[in-house]
Amino acid sequence: MASRLLTSALFAGFCAGLVAALLQFVFVQPVLLHAELYESGQLVHFGAEPVSADPDLGGLDLMRDALSVIFSALVYTGYALVLIAVMSLAEASGAGITARTGLIWGVAGFVAVHLAPAVSLPPEVPGVAAADVFLRQIWWWATVVATGIALALLAFGRSWMAWGSAIVLLAAPHLIGAPHPDSFSGRVPPELAALFAARALGVGLAAWVLLGSLCGYFWQREGLRQTATA
Amino acid sequence: MNAIAKNASSVKSGLAQALMVAVFGIGIVFVAGHLQASALHDAAHDVRHATGFPCH
Repeated sequence: MASRLLTSALFAGFCAGLVAALLQFVFVQPVLLHAELYESGQLVHFGAEPVSADPDLGGLDLMRDALSVIFSALVYTGYALVLIAVMSLAEASGAGITARTGLIWGVAGFVAVHLAPAVSLPPEVPGVAAADVFLRQIWWWATVVATGIALALLAFGRSWMAWGSAIVLLAAPHLIGAPHPDSFSGRVPPELAALFAARALGVGLAAWVLLGSLCGYFWQREGLRQTATA
Repeated sequence: MNAIAKNASSVKSGLAQALMVAVFGIGIVFVAGHLQASALHDAAHDVRHATGFPCH
């Protein structure tokens, strides 16, 4: 059981992490590098001269991008371990876990760790003003946990009490509110910040749908393999 | 051991293992995405921003 959990999570997480890194390089990294030119002061928003919207962003930075691949694989492996653990419990109580049902698990995971936190604390491009990082991290974790429990209650709850609690848990983090800065002093154009947030969410959705499906696939496959060799 | 007791103990060990694996996964996400040690922060910087973690 433990080896089935670990093996399927490692395969699924590593593959999804690699794809997430690739999507990040194509869609997110150019916006991030562009914003860093404003963060460092090389470009100035609302300066004397109009600034081109297509600056030279430089070539590949091998060390920097290799680290991104490693950390992307790590983060998605971490997510996969949690997702597979919850899938195994759902299967034990009768849910069917396959590559196909994994798709909806992936969407749910995306909602819990990307979309829900982003509703009040959108993905930040470098160079925007933000509140204390520790406070934002506490709010992020609390939101992810509350949303995760809420989605489980929506999917597996069988009473109005469960569904009602789910709605309260979904809304509470946003009604309480995320930590925001006292004043807005970001130097990055809003066009870039908006594009960054949208791209980060889009890539997150693609990676999570893949992660969910791969978790379902490897979980089922490992189960069959272990039954065959038992 | 009768069938019901056997089943109950396998459910229990399944739950314990799932919990352990989940805690392990949360640990990895915490270290890769949230720990503020500066070497880690610099190495994971782009991924932290791209995945929507609060970064700095």
